[in-house]
Amino acid sequence: MNDITATNAPEAARKGHGSLLVQDARTKARNAAETRFRRLGLVAVSVGMLALVGLLGSILSNGLSSFKQTYIEVEVFLDPAKLDKTGTGDLAQIAKVSTFGYAPLIQAAMLTAAQEAGVDTSALKPKALGAMVSKEAPATLRNYVLKNPDKIGETVAFSLLANGRIDGYFKGRVTMDSAALDRNVSPEQLVIADELKAAGVLDTKFNWAFFTAPDASDTRPEAAGLGVAILGSIYMMLIVLCLSLPLGVAASIYLEEFAPKNRFTDLIEVNISNLAAVPSIVFGILGLAIFINLVGLPQSAPIVGGLVLTLMTLPTIIIATRAALKSVPPSIRDAALGVGASKMQSIFHHVLPLAMPGILTGAIIGLAQALGETAPLLLIGMVAFVREYPAGPPDGFFDPAAALPVQVYNWTQRGDPAFVERASGAIIVLLVFLILMNIAAILLRRKFERRW
Amino acid sequence: MYDAVAPNLEQDVTQSSTKITARNCQVYYGDTHAIKDVSVDIADKTVTAFIGPSGCGKSTFLRCLNRMNDTIDICRVEGDILLDNEDIYDAKVDPVQLRAKVGMVFQKPNPFPKSIYDNVAYGPKIHGLARTKAELDEIVETALKRAALWGEVKDRLLAPGTGLSGGQQQRLCIARAIATSPEVLLMDEPCSALDPIATAQVEELIDELRRDYSVVIVTHSMQQAARVSQKTAFFHLGNLVEFGDTSQIFTKPSDPRTESYITGRIG
Repeated sequence: MNDITATNAPEAARKGHGSLLVQDARTKARNAAETRFRRLGLVAVSVGMLALVGLLGSILSNGLSSFKQTYIEVEVFLDPAKLDKTGTGDLAQIAKVSTFGYAPLIQAAMLTAAQEAGVDTSALKPKALGAMVSKEAPATLRNYVLKNPDKIGETVAFSLLANGRIDGYFKGRVTMDSAALDRNVSPEQLVIADELKAAGVLDTKFNWAFFTAPDASDTRPEAAGLGVAILGSIYMMLIVLCLSLPLGVAASIYLEEFAPKNRFTDLIEVNISNLAAVPSIVFGILGLAIFINLVGLPQSAPIVGGLVLTLMTLPTIIIATRAALKSVPPSIRDAALGVGASKMQSIFHHVLPLAMPGILTGAIIGLAQALGETAPLLLIGMVAFVREYPAGPPDGFFDPAAALPVQVYNWTQRGDPAFVERASGAIIVLLVFLILMNIAAILLRRKFERRW
Repeated sequence: MYDAVAPNLEQDVTQSSTKITARNCQVYYGDTHAIKDVSVDIADKTVTAFIGPSGCGKSTFLRCLNRMNDTIDICRVEGDILLDNEDIYDAKVDPVQLRAKVGMVFQKPNPFPKSIYDNVAYGPKIHGLARTKAELDEIVETALKRAALWGEVKDRLLAPGTGLSGGQQQRLCIARAIATSPEVLLMDEPCSALDPIATAQVEELIDELRRDYSVVIVTHSMQQAARVSQKTAFFHLGNLVEFGDTSQIFTKPSDPRTESYITGRIG
């Protein structure tokens, strides 16, 4: 019996292995499976890349134009007969003139500018000519006059925003055909706009106001900017960073290094992991119930938004920090304890510096997540229309403000198609902020890792 | 000079006082009884070797001597371990102070990811052994010289300690351990990750350190135990089987288990 198996075994083995130059069926099947898997992977990556390119392409094609804006260069005669009826230069009297009082000045200035440029404006009524300028322009003028009352009676050069439709015409959003159907703009205005542009009265410039101006009402999309939203987002990020990083790191160090291993600790751990998966809108309701209704903090304020986003970011930071702490080799802890360092010294002198890249990456990922978060902010009223800049920190934390993602959401709800362009532009700004934060994360990582 | 001192050292061994006394020491890992009733006297200014097959508890017992087992939650130590007649497991003893007195070198070289200088200076810094930078420099230099590493690293003290070779790293760890001027030096298989040349250097160093410290070394290599130690303890399955002068253990062991291990029949 034994002999038989002993003699048969090598032959059977030899039978299975054919020539090395010929692939047997099993090898072929395995190779085919590998090739299939590789192709599948490539397809998956390509689909992802295509989606990304499509997304970026659509956002860029829609939004890049929001960084350019059409301005009208006019010289406005600040007529004392209209602006300072009493002739005393009394600021209270000048302030009584509303923006309606400024509209005729702009009409007159447009007329002069057109005449000087040799453009025939007889096809348009003076009012229609004046409507080529943004509805924001009288307010710009009024603010200027109230700031410099001594300029009344002089002729001052202004760079006024063109109406959103005129701006849209130069960006290709408005055509002669669409203008014919549009009550807000007429083809005649567009013809004159073309002539004024050729004469240099109309000018397309980089849109700095997009980054500095506050939001504007539905009828003047050309004046809407991200200033308040950017400031509000920065305030919230400051609050999130200052609260969630120390809290998160301290909690992780305690849980990872000091906490006794018992059921209670396990419970906390499970709950932290679960919190990371809680829908963000739930945090919004929590913030509304606790911070606004219970504590009585103001609505729409960065402080509430910051607190809510802190709650949302904490689990992310804690999980990342604990993973980073766990990945520090135990030999380093042993070494520190071996030379007589206390537990805290071993953690703060040796473990924490080694875990730093991981902690920072986690923190910045958490921050980036918070920066793009919209849902909880809607619930605490940050979707409000805010035109006033919040004050400087820390008082400004309690003033109403907007936030970048909420501003995007807000603009996509508006009727005027010019806001679609603005919303895409705001998305680009948001993406640039996220990219900057990611670059910061990479640089910090490299800085801490390169040391050794 | 050194040659003249050496014979005296050999004499010292027989006369030297007891540094560490362990009586009826038991160690449990959860339900596992890892060390069973071990009693041993470790003499000052002597190299004591713990030998035995893998898993026999020699490293566990070594880690009891500076309470490194405290970091393991499920580990429980019973019995008395006295250092200079003071119970190191007394409730009043702070393990941090104990570890400054009983230094440790680990199996795998584990320098801090800092500069060579900072590695050695760390212990003295946290224990406040140096008041000025000059004093600290001196401590670092002395420690590195004693660890026979000074000549190789004196020009690159600010280079990372992790960039050294394995043997150099282990000597750096020894320098780090002796920089806090401990009284006892525990070494847990310090040469197991080193090549023969580095091993020889470390062994030479151990022999040198015996002048000032009580050295306890855990080793897998019987040849190493025979080369460097004056006293040898043989552990088997958590029991201390035999303890005595190295020469006696290796030539005429009294316990049959020791003999089997030494002759290579078990372990």
